[in-house]
Amino acid sequence: MAFEFPKDKYNGKIVEVTIGAGDKARTVGGETAMPLCNFEGEFPNRPLVAMEVYDKAEVCETWAPACKEPFADVMGDAVAWAKKCVEEFGAEAICLQLASTDPNGMNTPAEEAAELAKKVAEAIPVPLIVWGCENDEKDAETLAKVAEVCAGMNLVIGPAKEGNYKKIGGAAIGYDHVVVQQTPIDVNMAKQLNILLNNLGVPMTKILMDPQMGALGYGIEYCYTVMERDRLTGLKQGDEKMQSPLILDVGKYTWKTKEASVSVDEEPAWGEAKVRGVLWETVSAVDVLAAGADILILRHPDSVRILKKIIDELMA
Amino acid sequence: MGLTGIQIYKLLPQTNCKECGDPTCLAFAMKLAAGKAELDKCPYVSEESKAKLSEASAPPIRDVTLGQGDAAWKVGGETVKYRHEKTFVNPTAIVVALSNEQSADDVDTQLKYLNEQSFERVGKILAPNWAFLWDQKKDQASFLDLVKKVGGATEKGIIVSSEDVATLKAAAEALKGKKFAIHPVTKDNADDLIAFAKEVGAVPVAQGDTLEDLAAVGEKIVAAGLKEALLDTGWKGIRETVTANIAIRRAALDKKFRPLGFPTIAFPCAMTQDVELQATYAALLIDKYAGAVVVSTLDPAVTYPLLVNRLNIYTDPQRPMTMDQGIYEINNPGPDSPVIVTTNFALTYFVVSAEVEASRVPTWLLIMDTEGMSVLTAWSAGKFVADAIAPFVKKSGITEKVNHRKLIIPGYVAQISGELQEELGEGWEVVIGTREAADIPKFLKDYVGQ
Ligand code: SF4
Repeated sequence: MAFEFPKDKYNGKIVEVTIGAGDKARTVGGETAMPLCNFEGEFPNRPLVAMEVYDKAEVCETWAPACKEPFADVMGDAVAWAKKCVEEFGAEAICLQLASTDPNGMNTPAEEAAELAKKVAEAIPVPLIVWGCENDEKDAETLAKVAEVCAGMNLVIGPAKEGNYKKIGGAAIGYDHVVVQQTPIDVNMAKQLNILLNNLGVPMTKILMDPQMGALGYGIEYCYTVMERDRLTGLKQGDEKMQSPLILDVGKYTWKTKEASVSVDEEPAWGEAKVRGVLWETVSAVDVLAAGADILILRHPDSVRILKKIIDELMA
Repeated sequence: MGLTGIQIYKLLPQTNCKECGDPTCLAFAMKLAAGKAELDKCPYVSEESKAKLSEASAPPIRDVTLGQGDAAWKVGGETVKYRHEKTFVNPTAIVVALSNEQSADDVDTQLKYLNEQSFERVGKILAPNWAFLWDQKKDQASFLDLVKKVGGATEKGIIVSSEDVATLKAAAEALKGKKFAIHPVTKDNADDLIAFAKEVGAVPVAQGDTLEDLAAVGEKIVAAGLKEALLDTGWKGIRETVTANIAIRRAALDKKFRPLGFPTIAFPCAMTQDVELQATYAALLIDKYAGAVVVSTLDPAVTYPLLVNRLNIYTDPQRPMTMDQGIYEINNPGPDSPVIVTTNFALTYFVVSAEVEASRVPTWLLIMDTEGMSVLTAWSAGKFVADAIAPFVKKSGITEKVNHRKLIIPGYVAQISGELQEELGEGWEVVIGTREAADIPKFLKDYVGQ
């Protein structure tokens, strides 16, 4: 029977953003159709699977055993941890989480954090993403320092928010890095922050957008839908301010949920903890992948294996 | 309605008798096309035209129910491609595959999960829905044993699957009186099985390796006048399956293509034996339009994340993002546990409750109805202010649950602490909490450590 596959038309293209320098450079973005619609558009770059590395062992104390175990030999040594992620677990980028810089926590000084970022960046053959502790003031200070110490390495630094984008954006232009801008699950606010960054002099080719991760069971549907709307605005309406590749901090948000981390002894009806935790992460990750993620930041090696396999199959 | 005014006009008597209240048949037809009139206003329309018009006004994707009574589960009936356009309505059925190659113990374990497993979340009960019984061994006797065993043990929906038509018919006989489905109905056996399905009241599951083949079977199902069917796009990889689901959703909604206007069923269980990978495929298929996903195990570590994913994706995005007002217990709080108050904006609740959970500190969370406004918005709108918070806290019932009178408020409304203290009165102490949710774990640990 005759059947014609109804194809959609688009009026835009996601910006191609290159992260990392020299041999380490990778490019994301460039899509001309909605996610999973390879049959009607170009998808020149595969979504990247990045792995988290934490700056200090102390900030990982409360982690689920399933997440501590694979990194037990490298926790506290971010360089070794990052290398292990690339060499053993196939990480396509590393996200250095500077959690210990939190002024309400260990308050690691910006200089120390920046030196660590440089060491990690030099030690790995893939791009480095440097994530702040999500305290606006401290992140502005830390990430500006990271940008300076790592000048020219084309790192990804963020998240830059409404409250600190000037300093982080300024440092990114000054020292040639890519900036992640983050707004709380809202198309208009995301667009507005891109405009502000452009006005500051940060070009679209140096911006990634973080629509704000919500974990499975903790608001992921809002994140999912705002991502779809972001993409439709960029691709269907052709809004040039909404064509940034999307980056999602999946691991951190999913593993802090009780469902991902609690032991089977505490919740016998929820099943084995490691499988449940990994699935909490992979289901959250595949949701945002389906909604248009270009970079996924994951924690568990099994999640990385699963998402890389699915991306291979979807991009084949 | 799928027809234009002119197409409808051709089906009307064209006598312009005005009894419908409109001056001409054409005017009435235009109203019908716009959904602004009911066909029964015209007393003269023929039975044949009625049938054609009601077919044209059928929903673009039919719904399908399997199982009986309270255990029945409905899928399909979807009207949009993206959640925000309206909402997804009938959540994907989670289906377990059972076969006559499996050990009896295995079947018993899965059957017990199917019947007894449930999780409660935001006041909703989440549970798996159907069983897919597969004659993997191609052996009628052992397959019928399986069908009878499962049929006798559950009221939930059942799909029986065998390549042998005689076996399928015998299985259907064993399920008499139930609402079940038969699989696979292919271009080779369609005439026989569609007639059979119609006769015994079974739901046909069409299968085709290509969308053309599938549509050919779908067309026969429509022609037979059956209103319920499922579509199986063939047991292929994740990319082909997702693409087929997108194509079918578009054909049904954008082109009103009847032969594919039914919910789909997808088989992650046939894609891999790796349970974690399989469940992740299933999650992606829940996102991308599958009416049912068949998995090889209902182990709770697998079903819990899948059921929560289904709940999230099928949540109505147009409902106000609010939580019910009340007391929420996190980490099993007791009489000495801290009490936090915040607003009922759903995102505020999700972020705060996740951080409190992560802290592992037993805590009472008071969620106050601020019409879904976040803390700062509600404060500036005069809804999250001292003379509203104080009576809410006192009436909430929290004073019967704790032996202290300390109330933690969000750091963003630190300025109301003095006034709130006054409103609450003697014996109360207002504690200023953190501005950012991310700082809650540290705050709570320090707070209870004092
Ligand atoms: S009642 Fe029927 S026949 Fe008479 S004008 Fe209306 S549509 Fe035409």
